Amino acid sequence: MLTDSPATTSAAPAAGRPRPRLAAAWARPAVRLSALGAAVLVLTVVYCVTDVPGSLAFALEIRSLTVLAMLVVATAVGVSTVVFHTITQNRILTPSIMGFDAFYVLISTIIVFSSGSASFLAFDQFTLWVTQVVVMVASSVALFTWLFGGKRRSIHLMLLVGIVLGTFFRSATEWMQRMLDPLDFQVLSDAMFASLTRPDETLLVLTAGLVLLGCLAVVPLLRTLDVLTLGEPTAVGLGVDHRRVVMLLFAAVSVMVAASTALVGPILFLGLIVANLAYSYAGSFRHVWTLPSAVLIGVVCLLGGQLVLERLLGFGGTLSTVIDFAGGLFFLHLVLRKGAR
Amino acid sequence: MITLEGVTKRYDGQTVVDDVTIGLGGDGVTALIGPNGAGKSTLFGLVGRLLHPDAGRITVDGMDVARTPSNQLATTLAVLRQDNHVAARLTVHDLVEFGRFPHSRGRLTVHDREHVERALSYLDLDPFRSRFLDELSGGQRQRAFIAMVLAQDTKYVLLDEPLNNLDLRHMTEIMRLVRRMADELGKRVVTVLHDVNFAATYADRMVAMRDGRVVADAPARDVMRPEVLEAVYDTAVDVREIDGKPVALYYG
Repeated sequence: MLTDSPATTSAAPAAGRPRPRLAAAWARPAVRLSALGAAVLVLTVVYCVTDVPGSLAFALEIRSLTVLAMLVVATAVGVSTVVFHTITQNRILTPSIMGFDAFYVLISTIIVFSSGSASFLAFDQFTLWVTQVVVMVASSVALFTWLFGGKRRSIHLMLLVGIVLGTFFRSATEWMQRMLDPLDFQVLSDAMFASLTRPDETLLVLTAGLVLLGCLAVVPLLRTLDVLTLGEPTAVGLGVDHRRVVMLLFAAVSVMVAASTALVGPILFLGLIVANLAYSYAGSFRHVWTLPSAVLIGVVCLLGGQLVLERLLGFGGTLSTVIDFAGGLFFLHLVLRKGAR
Repeated sequence: MITLEGVTKRYDGQTVVDDVTIGLGGDGVTALIGPNGAGKSTLFGLVGRLLHPDAGRITVDGMDVARTPSNQLATTLAVLRQDNHVAARLTVHDLVEFGRFPHSRGRLTVHDREHVERALSYLDLDPFRSRFLDELSGGQRQRAFIAMVLAQDTKYVLLDEPLNNLDLRHMTEIMRLVRRMADELGKRVVTVLHDVNFAATYADRMVAMRDGRVVADAPARDVMRPEVLEAVYDTAVDVREIDGKPVALYYG
């Protein structure tokens, strides 16, 4: 009864011709994810046991902490960005649009501005971390319950308000930084580059705990996230309790982002890269595959980047500048490609 | 039955659906017609729990839409909105599988897969099953979405302007399909249509809205009268009988 023109029908089936076995295996998401896992393992071993100046045991102790920090940060950033993309139906955003990192920088700036860099450096790391996390989570939860939880229920309005607030935080930060003593400014801008090496052990464990908590909230919703990719109207039609699910996911995202930002500093641009690489790499749109892919790609980027910087180029420290630079180029590529379509 | 009692919806003080009391979803196909801005899509949004009424009550087979768990409603009522844009790259088969979500929460059983297969072949989508949605023509994509709704296996099916942006052949194709779904599968279809002639040809009952109110609700033949249609659309409409069927002429 329903007929289509012969031209379209004959071009349809792609599965007719048997593909070579290797290519067929590579098309499977499980194989692709395993390959990524293997890459992470290899990089970890290379990073930990090569180029050891003194005692291997000591090097292992220090380096395993760095690797763990990278794993925690990659998980927080990868999971939160992919979830954020699905909720907002937009793949060139990151949770930083809600002003997370701007807020983090603002809080640090206020501390330096009001009591000087000496006291900022002397500030108890633990108190600082707890304050940052609590303030960031509380303000983002307040923002989305106000703009999404109530009668209005608009994701776009919430994003817009987030952008405005982020801009406000940035301007306030800049205004204060202009009035800082050059030395204070130096200390502050040094501290604002994300640093993954030599993390504080207690804070790392706490951050890992919070990120794990966020993941535990997301995992039962993996299949629901798949349905959310169809958009709100269709998801609601298929029986998803959209408001409850989105509120829960937002809460998980803000906890993960706040914890990892407070640990290492602003690094959300990484999310944009890893999420989009994961979409094209994972071989499936399902979150069971895209989420772990994004996490592992994140670890590969961080660990690989650190290896190149530290061992090949002989630089120390600021991996985040490289990530921001690469992320900027990648962002342009995404925007231009979308525009061309 | 889908029952609306005194349902009102306002946007910023402007009343879009005004105290509507009506029962929808009787046997066969019901067409909802009316000019742009008459409140048809808003009414669908209210029944499909995308919007919440400012006043009134909506029930589906006795279940209060505002209080029944969304998932439970989704096994009785399927809604297809207009403009279904999907950001992710998924295949026709993936999409149709989503129709089983209310039943399986994403873990498909053998029974669910049978439903998916049946929906795919009912819409002649077997040759396209592994195609990505963005590789399909408008008519094929609309069929894929209808297949998803069919796999949902609900008693009621709500279609919001399913003929949007389709050419003559695909419009006819979709409407025949809607008729078959009602006749062969016993679906109770309610659909928003802009073309009154399609509505008169394929629907059993026509409901006309204007300014947020229901202004006509009758068997299709009784709505297809010049005075009724002119009152609904504010446009001169002539109705002629061609081969025993009423045809509205509004091109002059």
